[in-house]
Amino acid sequence: MSRAKPSAPPQREPHGGLVVALRATFKRDLILLLRRRGEVLNPLVFFALVITLFPIGISPDPELLSTIAPGLLWVAALLAALLSLDSLFRGDYDDGTLEQLLLSPQPLAVLALAKVAVHWLLTGLPLALMAPVLGIMLSLPAGSYLVLALSLALGSASLSLIGAIGAALTVGLSRGGVLLSLLVLPLYIPVLIFGAGAVQAAILGDAVSAHLAILGALLAVALMFAPWAIAASLRISING
Amino acid sequence: MAFSSLNDFFAMGGHAPYVWSAWAMTLTLLLGSVLHARHERRQLIRQLQRRSRRERHHAAQGRAPRSRSRAGDIDDT
Amino acid sequence: MWTFINKLGSPRWFYAISARLLPWLWAAAAVLIAVGSIWGLAFAPADYQQGNSFRIIYVHVPAAFLAQSIFVAMAVSGLIFMVWKIKIADMAAAMMAPLGAAMTFIALFSGAVWGVPTWGTWWMWDARLTSMLILLFLYVGVIALRGAFSSRDSASRAASVLAMVGVINIPIIKYSVDWWYTLHQPATFSVTSRPAMPLEMWMPLLIMVLGFYCFFIALTLTRTRSEILRRESTKRWVRELAGEGG
Repeated sequence: MSRAKPSAPPQREPHGGLVVALRATFKRDLILLLRRRGEVLNPLVFFALVITLFPIGISPDPELLSTIAPGLLWVAALLAALLSLDSLFRGDYDDGTLEQLLLSPQPLAVLALAKVAVHWLLTGLPLALMAPVLGIMLSLPAGSYLVLALSLALGSASLSLIGAIGAALTVGLSRGGVLLSLLVLPLYIPVLIFGAGAVQAAILGDAVSAHLAILGALLAVALMFAPWAIAASLRISING
Repeated sequence: MAFSSLNDFFAMGGHAPYVWSAWAMTLTLLLGSVLHARHERRQLIRQLQRRSRRERHHAAQGRAPRSRSRAGDIDDT
Repeated sequence: MWTFINKLGSPRWFYAISARLLPWLWAAAAVLIAVGSIWGLAFAPADYQQGNSFRIIYVHVPAAFLAQSIFVAMAVSGLIFMVWKIKIADMAAAMMAPLGAAMTFIALFSGAVWGVPTWGTWWMWDARLTSMLILLFLYVGVIALRGAFSSRDSASRAASVLAMVGVINIPIIKYSVDWWYTLHQPATFSVTSRPAMPLEMWMPLLIMVLGFYCFFIALTLTRTRSEILRRESTKRWVRELAGEGG
């Protein structure tokens, strides 16, 4: 059993190499993103701001707000997640790291998956954890707060995966940001339907598990297809 | 015939604005597509003819034909 | 078999062969659409519930069918382009997209107009119209993405990827929207739930659908031929064609 020495990286251990590359990509992205505190906090502040806009723009009536709260929370969280997607690959694209990833012997799809995982950990998950607090401000009925957080945590993983496809397609374009939203939002709609639906079911006392199960199924489909689409899109953007 | 007179046909039993506006929009877009496709083709052929005339003119003058390749049709074989 | 497919991929051969098919396709489209329209507008019986506004179905349904079929055709063409590098497939996909968007718009417009005498409102968030609206956004996205790249090859590949991602999503979106609608549905009449149509009603519909399909193929072939001229303009056979006056 050969121990991998730091000075002599293993040459022909595909499996070990993949895990090493995965962990390295994951760690690097995590550290880089944590260093940019602003980028991690921006989506959260945006989430809170947008939620604030609705009572101001519609009505402060708690009864009205409580009926539309599930949808509002989900849409605002979705938009906040969308906002943070543009920078998913842009930093690496600008400084050439992305090209290096392309040249690496490890499958790009898996490395992209690591990047998306970091994005979810530092965007989707915090949004999911913050949502119940904003739910209070929108008079979200009791009994649905846990489902709100759960559905958002589960759903935002799909949103990160799907959104990464759009981010990969537009990373090389000069005005890619708005186009990214246009490409990704229609694809978000199924997740939105079942995510908000789960919260509404919790309010009505209906079966929540069905919605969460479908959210899980959507995540499974996304996990199956998205990494390859992301890799193909990254290749197109770099070679363009 | 589902209608007893031409006037009845146009009136569509009171639903005239709906039926006719739907049909009008459809035919407009279909015809518009055809006209656009024809215009597109004619314009292209005119451009190609102009270019071939220019090249023959240059060749006759003994100049090498300048191939101005537009960014749009770079051939990537 | 392979020589046939190879020949199909040759722009010059495609240009020649499509020239022979086109007159027939245009004729078929014109005849079918004319016959279907007259039959549907003047001869088919009015609906016992909706009266004559029901006749909008003869443009709404064909447009909706085409809207979805064209997206699938676009995605398949994109796949053929990515896998086998056949450029014609990409040219066709690029030319199909605007017509697909137009069909989607026709479906939406006719659906909305139909809603006024039926539901009393200009817009109804029912499952069909909502799915159509999302489809329109998908079309706009593909068209916009293709236009955003300066390199044609990147644009073609990006549009192909997006079309394939979109086509996988279309059934998911349809299922989700259907589910969403039945959850929130008020107790009103829905366009899709009706008793089986008698022959005098669905024959003209079938004819219209066939006519629309012929139109789509004819228009796509025509525009693809133009695109061939555009992309292959430096080739000799195109120069000779232009020299003769097209």
